[in-house]
Amino acid sequence: MPPVAMQSLAQILTDHADAVRSAWITAVADELRGRTSRGELEREQADIFDALVEGLQRGGERIGDEPFDQLRGILSDVSSARARLGFTPRETAVGVFALKEGLYGLSAQGVTTDVTPLLRLVDELGLFTFESFAAAREAIIVEQSEQLLELSTPVVKIWEGVVAVPLVGTLDSARTQVVMETLLNTLVETGSAHAIIDITGVPAVDTQVAQHLLKTVVAARLMGAECTISGIRPQIAQTIVALGIEFGDIRTRATLADALVDALRSDRRTAATVLA
Amino acid sequence: MTTATLERLAVSTDADVVRVRQAVRTFAQQARLSLVDQTKFVTAASELARNMLVYGGGGDVEVEVVSDGRRTGVRAAFADEGPGIPDLDLALTDGWTSGGGLGLGLSGSRRLVGQFSIDTAPGAGTRVEIATWSR
Ligand SMILES: Nc1ncnc2c1ncn2[C@@H]1O[C@H](COP(=O)(O)OP(=O)(O)O)[C@@H](O)[C@H]1O
Ligand SMILES: [Mg+2]
Repeated sequence: MPPVAMQSLAQILTDHADAVRSAWITAVADELRGRTSRGELEREQADIFDALVEGLQRGGERIGDEPFDQLRGILSDVSSARARLGFTPRETAVGVFALKEGLYGLSAQGVTTDVTPLLRLVDELGLFTFESFAAAREAIIVEQSEQLLELSTPVVKIWEGVVAVPLVGTLDSARTQVVMETLLNTLVETGSAHAIIDITGVPAVDTQVAQHLLKTVVAARLMGAECTISGIRPQIAQTIVALGIEFGDIRTRATLADALVDALRSDRRTAATVLA
Repeated sequence: MTTATLERLAVSTDADVVRVRQAVRTFAQQARLSLVDQTKFVTAASELARNMLVYGGGGDVEVEVVSDGRRTGVRAAFADEGPGIPDLDLALTDGWTSGGGLGLGLSGSRRLVGQFSIDTAPGAGTRVEIATWSR
């Protein structure tokens, strides 16, 4: 049995809710200036505050106690949201630790009760927030590296003088850029004169992807190589046309196989011209 | 008009744009759009989400399946609190870009969807709403 019943501390918090919360929010707002809106902070703190009081009323003493189930839920939601938004661990934990500012002010409010158990509890809440934040960050990193793996696209030499890259999945800017650079490098390394970019596996081509494709084709040409884009499916073709993207004189073929046949043929033509 | 489902997504990174595309694709399928209309709608969403990210400093997307009793459709709204678009006619001109883009995102999106509306003013952010109905 703790010296001060947690229920009576709940009562103190309720009685001085306004003073505690305003000191708390001021401390947090100072720290997070510009990172989040005051309204957002207020909503978040109201949730945390209410869950804390309720947990205390129901006899909770330590963060792990059942009456604080809801509070822990709220804190881990806030932490993972912060992790996703790129907040630092400090910026995340301060939101909880700053509640102490409100508690320190209680004696000035005429409260004589020893609030040490509450301060200790806030420490636990802060550490819990820290841990949830770290776990959320971990999860995000795992998720991102999985995406990277799934996204890594092989550039392969499919024939003497011909390299091909099958683009698969949803393309974002960073990835398209990487693929295109890899393609250009492989052209040089293998001394190839033809590159085929197959987009059969791409669900949508927007102007950014198109721009990357166009730039790659131009760059390849500057290097003396010819690019063919294959696998433009009907729905993609219609979308590209409606968007107003012009592929100009870029060679396109229905399938990768067609593109390859074509590349080999033009090689033979070049060879024939040279011989003639 | 009754709403079947709704999802809100925040856009502040490149990866978020990918997520928007995936979510919008799911909704467009639920709304039973043809494959061509799905692809067009998803592509428009990609353009608008990226504009929000690049020019609006990020924002929020709201996507839902809508129904008027006879047909279903997909509706998406893109709202940012960025600088707004000072000259909308210019911004909607094919090939015009203030950055280094193709300048076809806004004008092209308008051609890709059934309904398209923009609400913007300098300093007041930008809100674009698009919808396509099943045939
Ligand atoms: N959400 C937005 N906020 C502010 N300006 C925008 C926004 N969306 C588009 N614009 C302006 O409209 C122009 C045209 O957009 P768009 O057609 O998508 O072409 P691009 O993105 O290639 O520049 C942009 O260059 C930008 O100046
Ligand atoms: Mg754009």
